[in-house]
Amino acid sequence: MSGGEGRRGVAIALASTVVFFTVLAIAITHAPGWPEVRRTFFDWGQFKDSMPEIADAFLLNVKMFCIAEGFILVFALVLAVIRSLPGPVFFPMRVLGIAYADFFRGVPTILVIALLGFGAPALQLEGVPLSTTFWGIVSLVLVYTAYVSEVYRAGIESVHPSQDAAARSLGLTHLQSLRKVVLPQAVRRVIPPLLNDFIGLQKDTALVGFLGAIEAFKASQIDAAATFNYTPFLCAAVLFVALTIPLARFTDWLVARDRRRRQAAGVR
Amino acid sequence: MRRPLALLLLVVLCVLAAGCGGSEDGGSAGGTTAAASCEKADLNLVSDGQLTVGTDNPAYPPWFGGDEKAPWKISDPRSGKGFESAVAYAVAEKLGFMKGEVKWIRVPFNTSFAPGPKKFDFDINQISFKPVRAKAVDFSDSYYDVNQALVVVNGTPVANAKSIAALKPYKFGAQLGTTSYDFINDNIKPSKQPAVFDSNDAAVQALKNKQIDGLVVDLPTAFFVTAAQVENSKILGQFPSLTQEHFGMVFTKGNSLVSCVNNALAELKADGTLQDIQDQWLSKAAGAPVLK
Repeated sequence: MSGGEGRRGVAIALASTVVFFTVLAIAITHAPGWPEVRRTFFDWGQFKDSMPEIADAFLLNVKMFCIAEGFILVFALVLAVIRSLPGPVFFPMRVLGIAYADFFRGVPTILVIALLGFGAPALQLEGVPLSTTFWGIVSLVLVYTAYVSEVYRAGIESVHPSQDAAARSLGLTHLQSLRKVVLPQAVRRVIPPLLNDFIGLQKDTALVGFLGAIEAFKASQIDAAATFNYTPFLCAAVLFVALTIPLARFTDWLVARDRRRRQAAGVR
Repeated sequence: MRRPLALLLLVVLCVLAAGCGGSEDGGSAGGTTAAASCEKADLNLVSDGQLTVGTDNPAYPPWFGGDEKAPWKISDPRSGKGFESAVAYAVAEKLGFMKGEVKWIRVPFNTSFAPGPKKFDFDINQISFKPVRAKAVDFSDSYYDVNQALVVVNGTPVANAKSIAALKPYKFGAQLGTTSYDFINDNIKPSKQPAVFDSNDAAVQALKNKQIDGLVVDLPTAFFVTAAQVENSKILGQFPSLTQEHFGMVFTKGNSLVSCVNNALAELKADGTLQDIQDQWLSKAAGAPVLK
């Protein structure tokens, strides 16, 4: 492709983008209901008023997903390893692992939160915490462990069986082979899906509001109902997106760095 | 190659400028200015010949009564029993609608103030008037002046509190969208952040679980909670209202029906019907001690 054709391609792409968004903007702003929608969803004054409280409530979401993610990454790995244990003697553990993963991926997260968050304290047993944040984190850990364990399993199975065979033939046990040969490769491969699930977890912390905890989404619901205006939801959305974008770019950078290292390793 | 491209970009920029400038000409949608006539045939209705009234499901006493009948849970707005049901039918009668011409539809609270045309003529659902809310919808005049009350479980430490100041160290709960939540933050100012629940049932469950020490709701709802939902509970007291809060029916902004309904409410107040309805369904509301 010559330089001229390349420049022309870029120019056409630019013009096409501008035209497309212009047409879209005109279509939306000339819709009959637009003034009302703008006042209801994009009210700048309301945005400024609600943002401080919602940002404050957002700290609860951050706290919940940071704590939850730590446990999820560890438990899910354990679950994935359990499911990969070979031999008939480990059959009950594998079955339990399968049952756990199926159940917690099947039940909607909000139901798990409702059942544990209201059900466990209702038992009125000694020592059972009443805190909604606690049960919210526990529910999220239970559900996401199931999803993330599948991601790890996919990673483990994507490592060529010759790696494991070679390790075993060198005298390593199954667990040693996992720890020293398979897992280092497997985990590196599944970093993008792992971060994908982490991003999903960040959104699901909003479900804990059902138990009464004032997190970002609940705070925006409160403001919206108090003022009959939906702009507070936009505040919450902006906060979530602001968190997701750096994470996504960080993931891309991690994967690119890992690829560079693996490919460069051949050149010594 | 460059000149046609530059021309294209110029055209596009002009279109863009036109688009940005054009956003103000949408004007206001919906009905405008006052209707002269409140005759039944002239009313601005969603469905002609029928008054469409919205409320949420479940329909709780004492606002609604009668036996539960699908699709409504706990009570039935169509029964005419319960304070809000009675008020709605009384207003309908003043407007010229017979009982059979009133249709009830389910409107979850969050959708009652959504932008765009509404599916109901008015929504009656214990919605408090607030000036900021009146920017998005139109409210009728007051059909009930409301006080907040505190429900606690007997035998808990908070049940011994005798003043508002004594309530500070406890954790309270309120239902989402109620002025009860504002009330907790503005008047009680507790040291623990209050909890907010999507529904009355979730709030009641939290009270039973002792996840909250007390539940703030309007006084009539407090009677229902202590009588039917939470065993061994009591109303610790009602709070004096600093700015008298009142309930209003919610209409689409600019709907001419509001003035007709206000006329109807004024007539009901003048001939004592509204007070009779209140005495019949909310008579116990005077009974709780006032906390200071």
